[in-house]
Amino acid sequence: MEKLEVLQSRFYPLPAENVDTDQIIPARFLKATTRDGFGKNLFRDWRYLNDNEQTPKPDFVLNQPQYSGQILVAGKNFGSGSSREHAAWALLDFGFRVIISSFFADIFKNNALNNGVLPVQVSEQFLTRILQLGPEATLTVNVAAQTVTIDETGEQETFEINNYKKTCLINGYDDIDYLLSVRAEIQEYENLASH
Amino acid sequence: MANTLFDKIWDRHVVKSIPDGPSVLYIDKHFIHEVTSPQAFSGIEKRGLKVFRPKQVVATADHNVPTKDQHLPIKEYLSRMQVEKLTENCANHNIELYGLGHPYQGIVHIIGPELGITQPGMTIVCGDSHTSTHGAFGAIAFGIGTSEVEMVFASQCVLQTKPKSMRINIEGELPPGVVSKDIVLYIIAKISAAGATGYFVEFAGSAIRRLSMEARMTICNMSIEMGARGGMIAPDETTFEYMKGRRFAPVGAEWDRKVAEWKELVSADDAVFDKEIFIKAEDIQPMITYGTNPGLGIAVNSLIPVAETIPDEGERKNLEKALAYMGLTGGKSLIGMPVQHIFIGSCTNARIEDLRLVAGVVKGRKKNEHVQVMIVPGSQQVARQAHEEGLDQIFIEAGFEIRQAGCSACLGMNEDKIPAGEYCISTSNRNFEGRQGAGARTLLASPLTAAAAAITGVVTDIRDLPPVNS
Repeated sequence: MEKLEVLQSRFYPLPAENVDTDQIIPARFLKATTRDGFGKNLFRDWRYLNDNEQTPKPDFVLNQPQYSGQILVAGKNFGSGSSREHAAWALLDFGFRVIISSFFADIFKNNALNNGVLPVQVSEQFLTRILQLGPEATLTVNVAAQTVTIDETGEQETFEINNYKKTCLINGYDDIDYLLSVRAEIQEYENLASH
Repeated sequence: MANTLFDKIWDRHVVKSIPDGPSVLYIDKHFIHEVTSPQAFSGIEKRGLKVFRPKQVVATADHNVPTKDQHLPIKEYLSRMQVEKLTENCANHNIELYGLGHPYQGIVHIIGPELGITQPGMTIVCGDSHTSTHGAFGAIAFGIGTSEVEMVFASQCVLQTKPKSMRINIEGELPPGVVSKDIVLYIIAKISAAGATGYFVEFAGSAIRRLSMEARMTICNMSIEMGARGGMIAPDETTFEYMKGRRFAPVGAEWDRKVAEWKELVSADDAVFDKEIFIKAEDIQPMITYGTNPGLGIAVNSLIPVAETIPDEGERKNLEKALAYMGLTGGKSLIGMPVQHIFIGSCTNARIEDLRLVAGVVKGRKKNEHVQVMIVPGSQQVARQAHEEGLDQIFIEAGFEIRQAGCSACLGMNEDKIPAGEYCISTSNRNFEGRQGAGARTLLASPLTAAAAAITGVVTDIRDLPPVNS
């Protein structure tokens, strides 16, 4: 997992609410057996007309050249539905490291963090404020300070992340490293619980 | 002091808690399938590890399998490779696989309970959000991502933050024509598709107690559609009766010992929940969805909401977008609207009782000539039982197409898809844009409502379907 400490970037605005993981990556693209290459099918059916890569839908944000960056800003309840981690892989493969929304679905939040993609939950008001900014505006996300800042005005909000996950993200550790380090305790638990 | 059903099971499975972090939660059973496991296998192999507790893992192929000619090699290359990869991985890591052609093969959340693998008090995970189904037995069961599948492979544990607790109480008698799918669609319409996000839900109350195990599974299955981490129901005599004698259920003295233990798995009378919701069973009608998330549902005989009347701008835009995708108009009724497809299947409603409900409606009738009806039993065992009971004959005579077990048109991963712009009344769990195929328009409903529409060709209130030969 690649570490994430501070990210200053422009962002793509996607104000839609309830963006489910079937939209992020439709099921027909889940046939691969590796984690790579999902970015090209990110938001596939919103991105292309008639499922044809030759005809991008011009009104979809990822097809608008004025937008760029490693941050996606989306409406509330982002990542609902299927547990497919392919959604997090597709966002990461496209280049996103931070998703900002006013509300995230649980499984998606875990999947994102497990891939070094940080879900940043902000208030409705702050989300609305960010979505009012132009394409040249940049945001700064500071993991250690747990802040997201609108650079041009200095407006700032803090976000929640538990200390364990924060340490993992800043150092690029993953949960498997941790679990392997406590295997002896797991075996002891098994003996006691007589599973 | 642990006093909710959830706490009792959770506390027994915490290996350790990380200060200001998640808990290391021990997992009793891990179900896997072909789509969300290959990257987890390659992940542990890259670390030079074998699966830590292979005997606690059970595999099947369901998401990406054809539902026709399962005895032949899978035609589509990528699908074939994915299913073959599962076979290879299971062989390398000594994992029991109920693959294509095996008499136990089927949708993972259908085979676990029917084989008696799913048991009260367990922690159960699977790389699939509908793992919540198993909660119907009084288990903590939830969906995980592939990185977490890899964690369980490596350590038989996952790192989880304890969710908040919610109890949804449903008291009273269900009106005629209302089944468990209607209960859960009603709840989701009431609290929204994110109404239980961050919570683990216990379903309780006299209306829940009277439900069969299969009906309870339908409700817990769709917990995730209200955003919940999972759903559960305290085990009782109905649970034990369902389980007794199943392939992997305990036997003899062990059975008696387990049942005594399972009887303790109830929330205490003074249990405190972070949130409680009370619903009267009498208020629930046959339900149908009109939008693009499962929370956008109404009683089948009522009117689609009008966007202009919704004060919240986000919600209003959301509804406008949903209605535009669905080709529907606010203020109108769905009754009488022609549909082109009926899909009866999925981990939500493809058990034997669901097929019996459908057969009860269609017996002695023919499907409408303008609809295509696909019925996909949830497992090989369900298909065999349907045959033994003569249900398959009823379906054939009605003009339904019976397929072989798998997830099929619920998620549009294999070739079972609904064409763009066409309407499908589906007994599955998600009506997301493109879920059943790019551009497909899904109306979620119960097996009864789906069966009624199969006969009439239009959205129908099951209570208005005239009896046969009238």
